[in-house]
Amino acid sequence: MANVERPISPHLGIYKPQITMVTSITHRITGVALGVGTLLLTWWLIAAATGPEAFETVNAFISSWFGRLVLFGFTWALFYHLCNGIRHLFWDAGKGFELPVMRKTGMAAIISSVVLTVLTWVIAYGIGG
Amino acid sequence: MVELTLPKNSRVGTGKTHSKPDGATNTKTFNVYRWSPDDTENPRIDTYYVNLDDCGPMILDGLIKIKNEIDPTLTFRRSCREGICGSCAMNINGTNTLACTKGMDEVNGDINIYPLPHQPVVKDLVPDLTNFYAQYASIKPWMQTQTPPPPDRERLQSKEDREKLDGLYECILCACCSTSCPSYWWNSDRFLGPAILLQAYRWLADSRDENTGERLDNLEDPFRLYRCHTIMNCANTCPKGLNPAKAIAEIKKMMVERRG
Repeated sequence: MANVERPISPHLGIYKPQITMVTSITHRITGVALGVGTLLLTWWLIAAATGPEAFETVNAFISSWFGRLVLFGFTWALFYHLCNGIRHLFWDAGKGFELPVMRKTGMAAIISSVVLTVLTWVIAYGIGG
Repeated sequence: MVELTLPKNSRVGTGKTHSKPDGATNTKTFNVYRWSPDDTENPRIDTYYVNLDDCGPMILDGLIKIKNEIDPTLTFRRSCREGICGSCAMNINGTNTLACTKGMDEVNGDINIYPLPHQPVVKDLVPDLTNFYAQYASIKPWMQTQTPPPPDRERLQSKEDREKLDGLYECILCACCSTSCPSYWWNSDRFLGPAILLQAYRWLADSRDENTGERLDNLEDPFRLYRCHTIMNCANTCPKGLNPAKAIAEIKKMMVERRG
């Protein structure tokens, strides 16, 4: 035996992506994103407590196109995590494990998160501009 | 630990393309993962052409034909060729399944075959499942009782209690589900994985078993049970149509219920 150190067989690189797998990893990624987004929210609140100048700086960032893009992403992450979180609640009760149901609820979580995000922004622009 | 890429010695290179069989017009292309412990080369993908006009319908038939007629060094496990022994579990076109029950006509285009994912490779398509079997042993997969059996007959079970084992007893321990699970890829040293947890539930659900409390104690651990995040690759890939994720959810429910 010239080479006894065994290789590890390929995994992530060759495994076929499936909707249940994608919704699961997205749940985790949006969870992390929400953590980071909360820092942004904290920054905004601290600035509001500090004074008008500090608040103005943060507000300028948040109302810039980039700030709004980040907020848009934050909104979607929040709604996705919420919708998929509801699936997790059902799973914790032992329900919804049949594969066709699983795929439907996965699609439902994705679609409703997008719809809710767009709706929120349409309403927000309607009120505040 | 999460490792998204393969270690240096595991990266897959391009291999040999074997010539088409003479006179064959109806061929299927097999791209097969190869690695041998006898040299220092990295794993590679070899390409074979199988004459469909002179071959059985299943992917295992194709592999056997390659071994018999094209390349006798190709190594894989097989035994029953009817989906009951679990030996020929491998990754075929991205998902784990049994080569003997997967038809060549179920695959469009080339057939890409790898060993079960994220396992140490013994040779070619043969993974080292030592850890998997050790984990199976750790759940004590046999009936455990406290009371003596009835003197005149075996321990009986009602039809309803027997039905609770449907969807569990059919598991053949082929390891398709466990090796499809990203949680198991990253934590197989401590997470038991879907197959072993389904087996654990098979004994928890058995009305004749009297060691439920101890079995649950053994699973009450942040890693052994709770690394399941309902990714569902297990149920999607099971060649027997079972649902390990559902069995794991039932164990989690039992954990909550026993706290009362």
